[in-house]
Amino acid sequence: MRTENQKAWFFVLPVLALVAFNALVPMMTVVNYSVQETFGNNQFFWEGLGWFEQILRSDRFQAALGRQFLFTFLILLIEVPLGIIVALSMPRKGFWVPVCLVLMALPMLIPWNVVGSMWNIFTLPKIGLMGYFLNDVLGINYDMTQQPLSAWITVIVMDVWHWTSLVVLLCYAGLVSIPDAYYQAAKIDGASPWSVFRYIQLPKMKTVLTIAVLLRFMDSFNIYTEPFVLTGGGPGNSTTLLSIDLVKIALGQFDLGPAAAMSLIYFAITLLVSWVFYTLMTKDDAE
Amino acid sequence: MKKRSIIPILYVAFLMLPIYWLVAMSFKTTNEILSGFSLFPQTFTLENYITIFTDPTWYWGYINSIVYVTLNTVLSVCVALPAAYAFSRYRFLGDKQLFFWLLTNRMAPAAVFALPFFQLYSSIGLFDTHLAVALAHTLFNVPLAVWILEGFMRGIPKELDETAYVDGYSFPRFFVTIFLPNIKAGVGVAAFFCFMFSWVEMLLAKTLTAVEAKPIAAVMTRTASSAGYELGLLAAAGTLTIIPGAIVIWFVRNYIARGFAMGRV
Repeated sequence: MRTENQKAWFFVLPVLALVAFNALVPMMTVVNYSVQETFGNNQFFWEGLGWFEQILRSDRFQAALGRQFLFTFLILLIEVPLGIIVALSMPRKGFWVPVCLVLMALPMLIPWNVVGSMWNIFTLPKIGLMGYFLNDVLGINYDMTQQPLSAWITVIVMDVWHWTSLVVLLCYAGLVSIPDAYYQAAKIDGASPWSVFRYIQLPKMKTVLTIAVLLRFMDSFNIYTEPFVLTGGGPGNSTTLLSIDLVKIALGQFDLGPAAAMSLIYFAITLLVSWVFYTLMTKDDAE
Repeated sequence: MKKRSIIPILYVAFLMLPIYWLVAMSFKTTNEILSGFSLFPQTFTLENYITIFTDPTWYWGYINSIVYVTLNTVLSVCVALPAAYAFSRYRFLGDKQLFFWLLTNRMAPAAVFALPFFQLYSSIGLFDTHLAVALAHTLFNVPLAVWILEGFMRGIPKELDETAYVDGYSFPRFFVTIFLPNIKAGVGVAAFFCFMFSWVEMLLAKTLTAVEAKPIAAVMTRTASSAGYELGLLAAAGTLTIIPGAIVIWFVRNYIARGFAMGRV
């Protein structure tokens, strides 16, 4: 049991100072911009909540938000079941286990822009392995610089390649923590593989699975570099996700007001989900 | 059992394919790449790698990246250690709220911070330094390190602390000579994750640098656009960025999963 001690605050001070410097100052800058209008020369005028209204009503933001939710939904739909299946079929011990784990974790350690470049090279028609195979061997017309559907499939396959291992690793960690006695008991009771999964493995994976789903939600919701390098948001606007659009407005057009308002709306959505995440996690800890 | 292992094998093969392609491309000449499809390099060449290792703009990109990543890892773990200890051992006013607030920074979209970070670090004169990138990356690495370390520290029984105090240990001496060796796996995992997220993050690193501290990513994009898209060179540069990650992951292979679960398996 943890004891009550207010002096513990001194231990937290360095973290507090560092994160406050990095989080509060930029956040206040964003809040400032979001309620002001500027015509350059560092002259600002009070704008009130105008930018928020404009952003929320703009078709461009709504479209980007829609694409973002669709992307995140598809990612979760594919990566979570796939991750569980791979984790379940992994051997529990032996020489190959660490090798497998390291190979699986490898995609996550590649810089995000390199992931984008890598998939670009991989999918080029005529030159890339996947592009060549689809176009010239299977005869499917595939070119992600021209067809929105191809671009979407490529971005999703790239993210599945990049992050499914996170789900696998987490589920695997949950599975190895199940004592052998549970399986033996299930065997004596004559339990089917499904009921072993439903009543032994799934409950044990609950905590890690919660973490996996919510980490995947958050990271795919904030994704920027990989699709930006791969497609640049195109063809047209078809793969312009929320972050890509935001950076376009903020650093490309330097429209500070709308960009700041959009940042805050974006952040509010993420914050809401973080809160759900935190509540679920601490509920588990309390049990 | 045998039949089941086909799934992990297929999955790993799927993961390795694009990596293989990147490595294969890096050993091809530009001519071969543009002339058509070949599964293996026909005229094996090291030219792309030689270019990278002899051109200062290229290899300084790597050095810059490694410098700020190391700086960030040391900084993040050092400030996170006492905080994680406080969270794992004591209850204090606002501890839950503080923990939640730290967590929100891990979840913040980097794109939101790109512009204000640029202005903040310019105004304090740190723009285009390694320290700027290292500090900026603490935004998401410090919360992560606190989380992971707290999870590992909670596994150490409180009796250890109490026994040490009874034996007359002062807090700093206890922390360094007894407590730290007990959670060294946790420190390793936390350091690994700080390394990893600082190494792979590119948006902030690119925004906060121009010339002096330019990361490898920025060098790569510049080359891709200016030198007429030299795919072989780009592939070689990409291949080299995989190596540091592959090396560090081998050291924490037994703890990766627990680390991703933030010490809560």
